[in-house]
Amino acid sequence: MVPEENLGRALKSQLMIQIKNLWKSFEGKQVLKGLDLHIPRGETLVIMGRSGCGKSLLLKLVTGLMQPDAGEILLDGEEISGLKFKKLNHMRRKIGLLFQSAALFDSMTVEENVGFMLAQHTKLSRAEIREIVIEKLHLVDLDGTEHLRPAELSGGMRKRVGLARAIAFDPEVILYDEPTTGLDPVTCVEINRLIQSLHTKLEVTSVVVTHDMDSAFTVATRMAMIHNGKIVAFGHPNEMLENDDPILQQFILLGAPEQILNVSNPLLKEFILNLRED
Amino acid sequence: MAEQPSVPQQKTISLLRFTEFVGGRILYRLSGFGRASIFVFRTLALLFKPPFQLNLLVRQLRLIGVDSLSVVLVSGVFTGMVLATQGYIQLSDLSAEGQIGRFVCVSLIKELGPMVTGFVLAGRIGASITAELGTMKVTEQIDALSVMGTDPVKYLVVPRFLACAYMLPILTVFSTFSGIAGGYVVAVYLFNMNGVFFMKQVQTYLFISSICISLIKATSFGMAIALVGCYKGFTISVAGGAEGVGKATTGSAVVSLMLILVLDVLLNHLLFTLLQLK
Repeated sequence: MVPEENLGRALKSQLMIQIKNLWKSFEGKQVLKGLDLHIPRGETLVIMGRSGCGKSLLLKLVTGLMQPDAGEILLDGEEISGLKFKKLNHMRRKIGLLFQSAALFDSMTVEENVGFMLAQHTKLSRAEIREIVIEKLHLVDLDGTEHLRPAELSGGMRKRVGLARAIAFDPEVILYDEPTTGLDPVTCVEINRLIQSLHTKLEVTSVVVTHDMDSAFTVATRMAMIHNGKIVAFGHPNEMLENDDPILQQFILLGAPEQILNVSNPLLKEFILNLRED
Repeated sequence: MAEQPSVPQQKTISLLRFTEFVGGRILYRLSGFGRASIFVFRTLALLFKPPFQLNLLVRQLRLIGVDSLSVVLVSGVFTGMVLATQGYIQLSDLSAEGQIGRFVCVSLIKELGPMVTGFVLAGRIGASITAELGTMKVTEQIDALSVMGTDPVKYLVVPRFLACAYMLPILTVFSTFSGIAGGYVVAVYLFNMNGVFFMKQVQTYLFISSICISLIKATSFGMAIALVGCYKGFTISVAGGAEGVGKATTGSAVVSLMLILVLDVLLNHLLFTLLQLK
């Protein structure tokens, strides 16, 4: 990884998220140990790592749901950790988060879920909010579902409604927490395609936390791997495949064998088959 | 082989472990009390902070007030009937059965009206608030609110707190008067008392100060039920899942009931002993 002091001013302004020397313990365990990560604007960064390594925790720290023990998190150049509630809320409007469980409000319809932020933070009329909701639902291929309740949706549909809700306020950053976990392979491919298409259409910075290797290599323009509380590998997907770090190699290899026949990414498929032949 | 500690050393180690255990429990309880106090003060501070979302309050007023009316009326009627029966038996020993109207009226207004309503609402509403908010916490819906820039305490706790504080006194009035009606039925139709005499006694001993006492108690019980219910729901352990929600719900009802009893004693002392109200 490029050390922060070597980054030029122009390059710094191109960084959407900067995480510097981040420390966080959780339930008595030191999870993050001086993690540094710089996410350039407009990239889709996939963060990989074993369960419990702190991937989802990192998203909670970036969204201000948790406070770090030490270190800094800058969103678009502004410090986010330690902010007062009002300022933090203002900053959060730049972020859309797709939760692992989608976290839709059970008591509301799809329309109310997707339009929630607009209803809370703008003075738009119901008709105007409805128009935006229909547009966002169209982006995630869920036209005509406005009146449904979350209990009436399948797992994949819930994720897509969650995504529509995350992009309703036109965020600059979209964070995805395990977007394909618990979904069937066909729905996984649909979600991956959606992440790619939203990235292109909305020109946002995306951060995807996953241990689904197929999904990771399909959507990523950059990748990072967390191990032992730090980033141990960072780069383009090709660079990650060429990286001879044994932890990373093992993770990529073991991450896919069960679904090797379903791997849609040709680069990853070739890499795994070569490794298996060796 | 490691050397075994001597008997005095073992005693010291045991004492240290005991002190550590006791100290740990005390710190745990104190930090819990601190968190609860912060939660209460935060809720009170947010009462006066815009935006005031009347639609949320109206929904809670209906759920907490209107939907609880039937159960409160029924419990009030039966409380009044039991009071009249027991009152007649006890007072007839003193040849004072003519005072049954006074006995029923004063007992219901000053004590049993607010108390029974508080108990019914603690079981019905306090537990339901904890279950609802606990499920929202476990399914990350509360985190979703925060990420979307909405303060969960303002959005979820404040309307429930206000609805309980408004509706408990109103329900107590219904409970008390249904209790007096129940007492009237038993006294007049079961023990052949003069109905006009019964009502005359009720009228004589129905002081404005008694009604104020009843309403002050009911408002305090309402606030306690809402705060305990919301706090238990908010502080549920996400790892506890459905079992955790069940435990928190039971805990919420138990703590609310205990708190109502404690508040009743304190308010009795304050209102009757210190302020010398009748």
